[in-house]
Amino acid sequence: MPRRVAIVAAAPTRTSSHRTDVTYPELVYEAVSAALEQAGLQAADIDAVTYGSMDPFDGVFAPERWNVEACAGAGAAHRPLMKITTGGTTGGSTALAGYYHVASGLFDVVLAVASQRVGETLEAQLVLNTAIEPIYERWLGAGAITIAALQAVRHFWRYGTTEEDLALISVKNYENARRNPNAHLMRMLTAQDALNTRLVSWPLRLSDCCPSSDGACAIIFASEERARQIAERPAWVIGAGQITDNYWVGDRVWYEDWDSLSMLARRVYRQAKIQDPLAELDVAELYNAFTIQEIIEYEALGFCEKGKGAELIRRGVTTMQGQLPVCPSGGVLCTNPIGASGLIRVAEAALQVMGKADDRQVPGVKKALAHSWGAAIGFHTLMLLSSEAP
Amino acid sequence: MTQEEEIIIVPGRWDLPFRHTAGRVASHFLHALKDRRILALRCPRCRRVLVPPRPFCERCFVPLDDWVEVGQQGTLEAFTVCYARFTGLPDPPYCLSLVKLDGADTALQHLLGEVELEDVERMKQAVRIGMRVEAVWREEREGGIQDIRYFRPLP
Repeated sequence: MPRRVAIVAAAPTRTSSHRTDVTYPELVYEAVSAALEQAGLQAADIDAVTYGSMDPFDGVFAPERWNVEACAGAGAAHRPLMKITTGGTTGGSTALAGYYHVASGLFDVVLAVASQRVGETLEAQLVLNTAIEPIYERWLGAGAITIAALQAVRHFWRYGTTEEDLALISVKNYENARRNPNAHLMRMLTAQDALNTRLVSWPLRLSDCCPSSDGACAIIFASEERARQIAERPAWVIGAGQITDNYWVGDRVWYEDWDSLSMLARRVYRQAKIQDPLAELDVAELYNAFTIQEIIEYEALGFCEKGKGAELIRRGVTTMQGQLPVCPSGGVLCTNPIGASGLIRVAEAALQVMGKADDRQVPGVKKALAHSWGAAIGFHTLMLLSSEAP
Repeated sequence: MTQEEEIIIVPGRWDLPFRHTAGRVASHFLHALKDRRILALRCPRCRRVLVPPRPFCERCFVPLDDWVEVGQQGTLEAFTVCYARFTGLPDPPYCLSLVKLDGADTALQHLLGEVELEDVERMKQAVRIGMRVEAVWREEREGGIQDIRYFRPLP
């Protein structure tokens, strides 16, 4: 039986297109020291570290070596550190690894850190293209934008979703990001502004695509006994998991539906005893690197039926005033330090449950869901947090 | 240290040569392209015909050696048209497409050509999911995936 585990601190850093004020270890230090301070812990209290990044974006291979000095507990303190890389789900997997470390009973207090300096690469799309196999497909120039565009084209064709619907997703996230001091894009955007931005890959426009961001995030997981000592209101993990799908996108051309995410959601909701997610969840932090994905995620996560995702945003259900606010942080659409973004989702969900989300706080959050996707829309992670222990 | 002091940026660059083997299966497929033939492997268990061919079926987890030839015409399952220019990637606009060839159970990722792309409104009329397409071959073929120049709409 896994032990009960809670998050006792969650600290995303400020982000921007290039955090020129800090070196890489300083950026990580910013996240880790903030998490320690929030928990009232010292570096010596950390038993182990899980660390996530997607190396090539930084231009530094295996940055956990350079950054180990900033990972409290590891480095000079000689505790173990485990590196995680699973594409866009890197941050989500890093959270899962931290959770598993504590749930296993082998460690009591574990630091999960993820970082990425997408701002230090001058062409993120070229880096993404190196993730494609080189025999049949790399020459096509495919990357994250093109796979998201394929999802959009199929969703438009099958379900009648429109560019105007995507613009509503942009407007909602941009508005939310303006209340989040750690967001990268913090400007006003109207639906008309969104529809006037240039096409990147039909039907996705610039306002449908995430920026390249520098940022880091740290979370502290603790066993039940330690969590009750450390935090007055910790965020308990009541469900968690990861799922994978196959490599070849030509084998699964029904991009309008995210079947693997649906399967994972059913598994995680079963663990957490959730029957009606729209009614029972209070907030969701989804990995919406591209607007269309937020719509498909609504459907795959059971917030609505397949094909009805656009109706939720048209009706305002997922705005800050709606029944289930999605991405009060502004989401990945407004801030994307890639390998850290999945961990930021978990951090934002935890802050909501802990009542520490400041201006972006949704009132009275009891249950919060955090999601990430990666690997050419093949991988997903979910973590469900609650104000009450399972 | 003062706030006025300029932050120094140190340049970096990765320029690393690699070589990637195609292995026996993909090499056989690529050689056949020289003869304008598109080959696939059929799984003896699930009977799926896989393009591009791979040495084993990941669903059934068995090795594959039942080569079959698939059609040069197929159906457009999905597409996107890239309009943005990215360093080191193909010049825009280009249409990335997924084509399910006749006789295959999976789609091949390739380019769509001989269609209007520059004008978005005309592109939306010209390129549609479900349209029939056919392979257009290069005159000089050297055993690579680009021996197929692109797919084009059937009249």
